[in-house]
Amino acid sequence: MSRLGTITRRTLLVGAAVVAGGAAFGYYSYRRPYENPLEADEGEAVFNPFVKIGADNSITVIAPRAEMGQGVSTTLAALVAEELDVELGAVRVEHGPTSWAYYNAGAMEESVPFAFYNDSAVAQFVRDSIGVVGRIAGVQSTGGSATIRDGYVRMRKAGAAARIMLTAAAAKRLGVPADEIGSANGILTHEVSRRSLTYGEVALDAASEEAPDDPPLRDRSQWRLLGKSQKRVDMMDKVTGAPIFGIDMRQPDMLFGTVRMSPRLGAKPVRSDVTKAEAVPGVVKVVPLDTSYGGGFGVIAENSWAAFRAADAIDVEWGDASYPSDSETIDRMLRDRLDEGGGSAFRDDGDIEGSFADAPADQVVAAEYSYPFLAHACMEPMNATARRKDGKLELWAPCQMPTITRWLCSGVAGIDQTDVTLTVTSMGGGFGRRLESDFAIYATLLAMEADGRPVNVTWTREADTRHGPFRPAARGRFRARLGDDGLPVAVDMDIAAPSVTRSFVHRGLPWVPMVMPDKITVDGAWDQPYTIPSYRVSALDADLGIPVASWRSVGASGNGFFHECFLDEIAAAGGVDPIELRRRLMADYPTAVGVVDKVAEMSGWGEQLPMGKAKGVAFTLAFGGWVAEVVQVADTPDGIRIEKVWAAADIGLALDPGIVEAQIVSGVIYGLSAAMGQEITFADGMVVQSNFHDFDAMRMHQCPEFEVAILENSPKMGGVGEIGTPPAAPALANAIFALTGKRLRDLPLSREVKFA
Amino acid sequence: MQITINGNVRELDVDPEMPLLWALRDVAGVLGPKFGCGIAACGACTVFIDGQPVRSCVMPVGQVSGAVTTIEGLGEPDALHPVQQAWIDEQVPQCGYCQAGQIMSAVALLAEIPNPTDEDIDKAMSGNLCRCGTYPRIRAAVKRAARSMGEA
Ligand code: FES
Ligand code: FES
Repeated sequence: MSRLGTITRRTLLVGAAVVAGGAAFGYYSYRRPYENPLEADEGEAVFNPFVKIGADNSITVIAPRAEMGQGVSTTLAALVAEELDVELGAVRVEHGPTSWAYYNAGAMEESVPFAFYNDSAVAQFVRDSIGVVGRIAGVQSTGGSATIRDGYVRMRKAGAAARIMLTAAAAKRLGVPADEIGSANGILTHEVSRRSLTYGEVALDAASEEAPDDPPLRDRSQWRLLGKSQKRVDMMDKVTGAPIFGIDMRQPDMLFGTVRMSPRLGAKPVRSDVTKAEAVPGVVKVVPLDTSYGGGFGVIAENSWAAFRAADAIDVEWGDASYPSDSETIDRMLRDRLDEGGGSAFRDDGDIEGSFADAPADQVVAAEYSYPFLAHACMEPMNATARRKDGKLELWAPCQMPTITRWLCSGVAGIDQTDVTLTVTSMGGGFGRRLESDFAIYATLLAMEADGRPVNVTWTREADTRHGPFRPAARGRFRARLGDDGLPVAVDMDIAAPSVTRSFVHRGLPWVPMVMPDKITVDGAWDQPYTIPSYRVSALDADLGIPVASWRSVGASGNGFFHECFLDEIAAAGGVDPIELRRRLMADYPTAVGVVDKVAEMSGWGEQLPMGKAKGVAFTLAFGGWVAEVVQVADTPDGIRIEKVWAAADIGLALDPGIVEAQIVSGVIYGLSAAMGQEITFADGMVVQSNFHDFDAMRMHQCPEFEVAILENSPKMGGVGEIGTPPAAPALANAIFALTGKRLRDLPLSREVKFA
Repeated sequence: MQITINGNVRELDVDPEMPLLWALRDVAGVLGPKFGCGIAACGACTVFIDGQPVRSCVMPVGQVSGAVTTIEGLGEPDALHPVQQAWIDEQVPQCGYCQAGQIMSAVALLAEIPNPTDEDIDKAMSGNLCRCGTYPRIRAAVKRAARSMGEA
């Protein structure tokens, strides 16, 4: 094996053993061994990769994480503004160039055997594959709910360093000691002599002051902005329809395009005729595509509609799927995998086999559960814009991992990375889907055929829905033994699913073998804060060959359902109230008990409800966020209505409570949408669903009322973007059980009940 | 063909079969209306034709018989429509991609029913999908806009 392969594989093995939950969010130097990627414009001073100040007093903060709706640009800017002593409204926020300097340290990167300063693309990719996929995080990547945790120290230090340098420059200018100079609102004041200077006046001098190595940070009690809800910096654009998204990219002389890739994922055309397609008015060219994401065609045209029509008009017969061609067979393979046994136990407390060996039948609870493949269905379909001209490649893309995407596109184009620029646009949703690079690779390939003209390549919703990569389907087989007090003395969970990490790495580095058990397969089930004498959670890798990916909250997105519904069954079998059961099993984890108590109190748990209404509860710890949710449902003539959701989330520290609240509600709705009715199924090797008519999501009339409590007791800062999702499905299913007595063990719930 | 977009008469050289959405976006360069589904299932492309909300992704441009208004014609940063202002006050958008369509539907609703009930809001807004789940804040913003327009 090549040295590259060896290193990479060892890395993956190391990565696999890393424990999730507590993120490495220790000290992060804002002074990186990477070159500062910012260049100063005329009359502008660059302080570090995150702060620029102009002689005209303009202050620019680089928020190197993509805005996909999570408010990240606002909070990152607030972190800098806090230490820089300026108001949030006084700074302009930019995404910044694509650079390793903006690497996201929030995830598990320290766990890989590459020195931190090793910025080779492979090292980077592997870090990302572990950190990112594991928690949809990483890099200059946006995901894994790691953005704010990563930026928490680094962005404040960047602001503090700039302020110290400005102060030093002002002190020199005024001929006074630096510690006599105060700063507020972008003005440096020497109180004693009543003289002041603006940041702009000293910016150019200040930039050549020495940057402090480890600038001290303000104590929380002194915060002006952090901890309070801010007006988001991206609101004006978003209420005026500003062209900020990838799909809105316009360049002079631009062409439009789309793709028609094999509906049998990864397959190639075996026979095709593009004559009709080429005859569609407005079509410039039909281009065969052969990529690590599969084969098919791209169309270049004068407008998107012509491209869509031409793509439809391609007459093609596709090769066979390399995976089982229908959902029944796929499900059978998952069952077979469970029958086969021999999983990797990520948790193995006590003596499981012994606990069940002598268990009387009436004290054993056993059940089998499943969840389906899911598409991300971002509101903005996949797209990217590319221009290949004069030996250079320019890309504009709504993507969550620009460093990797740029690297892969440079490879596809055969253009050195230094000649590839990638500008990240705002994203109409990400949810993990835009960690992939397929859309940018296709745009690159079409740009190569466009004679130097830029091409905006937009997928149809059908292409977006049908090509994945998908949230994996899984099947779980669980058993529990109850003690005499009704509490479980043993819980054993086997979960069979394809590995997200393997699939992701394979798409980027197809030559890298991956033989490790994937923690993602059991995330959300093995790592929960319950103490049970014998407690085992095993991952059974089922390599189905269907491309799978991170999907909002990753492993926990489905395993929260498995774990928390099964716990609800245990509670019912033991005659213990589900809240009470959790309190007792969680006694060692006060943060967990805190959110369960809080949600019980908010929702009036235990109070008598009118006939035809019921509540269910679930809890999940994911991405450092401890979240308990209660869902109330009502039986109506039109079906089951989700009336209200109460959520209590402990994330240690809420830098912007308004944004946190919005993210939790968003995560719950995302989870409920999937639980109510979403599934991706296969027939003849092709995805059956294609658009919002058969892969829909919650609508306004179905949306419940929300009450969210944010707690700050956890000693560590947790993520926010994904944590609302995992408990939503189980809380709903448990509520339906309470309402109907019917235990729903397969998602989506619409297989068995109708929703109003 | 001639078409009036946000008060400007535009001459567009397009196939009359082309959906209005693509004529706006790719030919006229009006980018506020977004592409979400192409089958009238998400509302991201909502525009007005003579004040009536339509899904521009399924409306052939050749059949457009009235003046077209898009989000760009509703208000501008220094002169926002009260609905846009309410959207900011309630901090509605997350990714923002659906919001041009949401705002257009809300403006149409309030034109018809100045004080909508929750059921009115459900009916008028259920055709507008939001994958970020901003519905609770949309509901609050519609009510806020109703109040502010009532006072005006
Ligand atoms: S794009 Fe027109 S309704 Fe979805
Ligand atoms: S705000 Fe993202 S889809 Fe609505």
